[in-house]
Amino acid sequence: MASKVIQAFYNDDDVLMHAVKRVRAAKHHIEEVYTPFPVHGLDKAMGLAPTRIAITSFLYGCVGLTVAILMMNYIMIEDWPQDIGGKPSFSYIENMPAFVPIMFEMTVFFAAHLMVITFYMRSKLWPFKEAENPDVRTTDDHFLMEIELHGNEQELYDLLVDTGAVEINSIEK
Amino acid sequence: MYTFSNRLKIGSFILMAVGLIGIAIGFISAPSTVEEAKAMVASHAEGHGGDHGDGHAVPGETEGEVHMDEAGMQHPTVGMGAEVEHGNALAHDQEHEMSHDEHLLHQLQNRPWSALYVAALFFFFIALGVLAFYAIQRAAQAGWSPLLFRVMEGITAYLVPGGIIVFVILLLSVLHLNHIFVWMDPEVVAHDELLQGKQGYLNPTFFLIRAAIFLAGWIFYREYSRKLSLAQDEATDNTNFVKNFKWSAAFLVFYLVTESIMSWDWIMSVDPHWFSTLFGWYVFASMFVSGITVIAMVVIYLKSRGYLPDVNDSHLHDLAKFMFGISIFWTYLWFAQFMLIWYADIPEEVTYFVTRIDDYKLPFFGMIVMNFLFPILVLMNSDYKRVNWFVVMAGIIILLGHYLDVFNMIMPATVGDQWYIGIPEISSVLFFMGLFTFWIFRAMATVPLQPKRNPFIEESRQFHY
Repeated sequence: MASKVIQAFYNDDDVLMHAVKRVRAAKHHIEEVYTPFPVHGLDKAMGLAPTRIAITSFLYGCVGLTVAILMMNYIMIEDWPQDIGGKPSFSYIENMPAFVPIMFEMTVFFAAHLMVITFYMRSKLWPFKEAENPDVRTTDDHFLMEIELHGNEQELYDLLVDTGAVEINSIEK
Repeated sequence: MYTFSNRLKIGSFILMAVGLIGIAIGFISAPSTVEEAKAMVASHAEGHGGDHGDGHAVPGETEGEVHMDEAGMQHPTVGMGAEVEHGNALAHDQEHEMSHDEHLLHQLQNRPWSALYVAALFFFFIALGVLAFYAIQRAAQAGWSPLLFRVMEGITAYLVPGGIIVFVILLLSVLHLNHIFVWMDPEVVAHDELLQGKQGYLNPTFFLIRAAIFLAGWIFYREYSRKLSLAQDEATDNTNFVKNFKWSAAFLVFYLVTESIMSWDWIMSVDPHWFSTLFGWYVFASMFVSGITVIAMVVIYLKSRGYLPDVNDSHLHDLAKFMFGISIFWTYLWFAQFMLIWYADIPEEVTYFVTRIDDYKLPFFGMIVMNFLFPILVLMNSDYKRVNWFVVMAGIIILLGHYLDVFNMIMPATVGDQWYIGIPEISSVLFFMGLFTFWIFRAMATVPLQPKRNPFIEESRQFHY
């Protein structure tokens, strides 16, 4: 699929933010923005949907809590209810305070790790993955906005120059 | 400038009047003789179908026996252990002179006093918790909160009347008008070696001196910081602000030490045979979260009346985050205290929880639901923290939960299994709620609600999360 994109470089995050707002106002579709560091408010300016990773984390935490409860109930109460130092192992609730540290840690463990793995999977990050960086300068001191082209190259070019772009390239992808 | 609305003023007067009547009824209906006390319990027992005497053996009988409680845990109660077992309500030595009936009489006589004391402490703690929060905001040079300083200063105005009332109750206890603190009774101490050993610390004179020092220190900081805060509005430089910063940092040191000692004196000493090392922190967490909750609720109220135009969702979000976080912190300390004592099950410590679980099952565990489960589920979502009615609803539950927390700290030691949340308890809460509301809104009406020249005020106005 041969499509053309235009890449505009900026060297200041404030300028970039204004440029994003203007390009969006002019109804152009921004494919991607590459920045060397998080730019506060950029996602809002681009109109990106809010992340749902906190919700997944909550659900993973619930899974961890369930795992801990089922595990301790099976091991300590059902499978071999031994008398260990006089702790009451007649039912789960009677000995529950002793299990709370495990329940807590398992909840945190599941919530944290599964959320991180979810993040890696959703952002397609893994070791030996080929970097998708269009220009090395975007990891250092330049900001890059990538916009789809639909035969309106000149008009977009003028707009981007007007927003303060320091360099504009159009590329076949 | 805030004007104290007439409806709120009349409402708080009605609360105070109704509360006073109820408190009076509570004192009048308390029994004055053993016969009356027995008659009261007899008529009460019919409705509840249980005689409290069954689960509460006379101390002398359990000595040297193995004692089973409801949870099926065994407590070998030999010698001192048996005495400690029953020492939470009244010192054990009285077994020789005081019959079971007299013990009951004291519990019933204590009820209106304890109800008053619990409510007085609870509302005083709210003001003190707000003062700690305020000092932290100043010492940390927080950029988001200066807009709320006048609200916090208004709430801490209650320290003066609230502190005086608590002090008067302590003074009346020292004068033997009630039996809240058993160690104040020389008869009890004379027969109790444990209390004799603690007499160097737990003696009425030193107790009152300590209380006076704590109250003087807290009230001094509050009044002085308020003065500097108001002076900063009219000043041409920031010297008042810097001074306030230094005093706040110094106050926090003083506060941490005195708050801890205060919790031993005013709360832990109602169970003079029992001790816990993290008790001070636990009480602090309770007052801190109640204080933050009240700040949030007052801010929401004032904003809804249009008095805090610059306060936005993000300020509310921050307060709700604090409510959420400190609720969990409170639970952490509650559980740390409970679990360590439950796990080791040392008779002299564990009685504290045995009596609470036996006689106060619903308030004791209900409090965990209200102070932990409810806030954690309701306030976890970031969007909900910005919804006013959500924060208010969570705040009401948190405040009720922390009232129960103070209730669970005091009542088991003073009224034992004769507790009930009835006229004396509810009236005391209503009275102090009225006084608190009246006092704090009156204080807020005296000065503009927004500081003028705080160096962080612009940041606070622009605060956005």
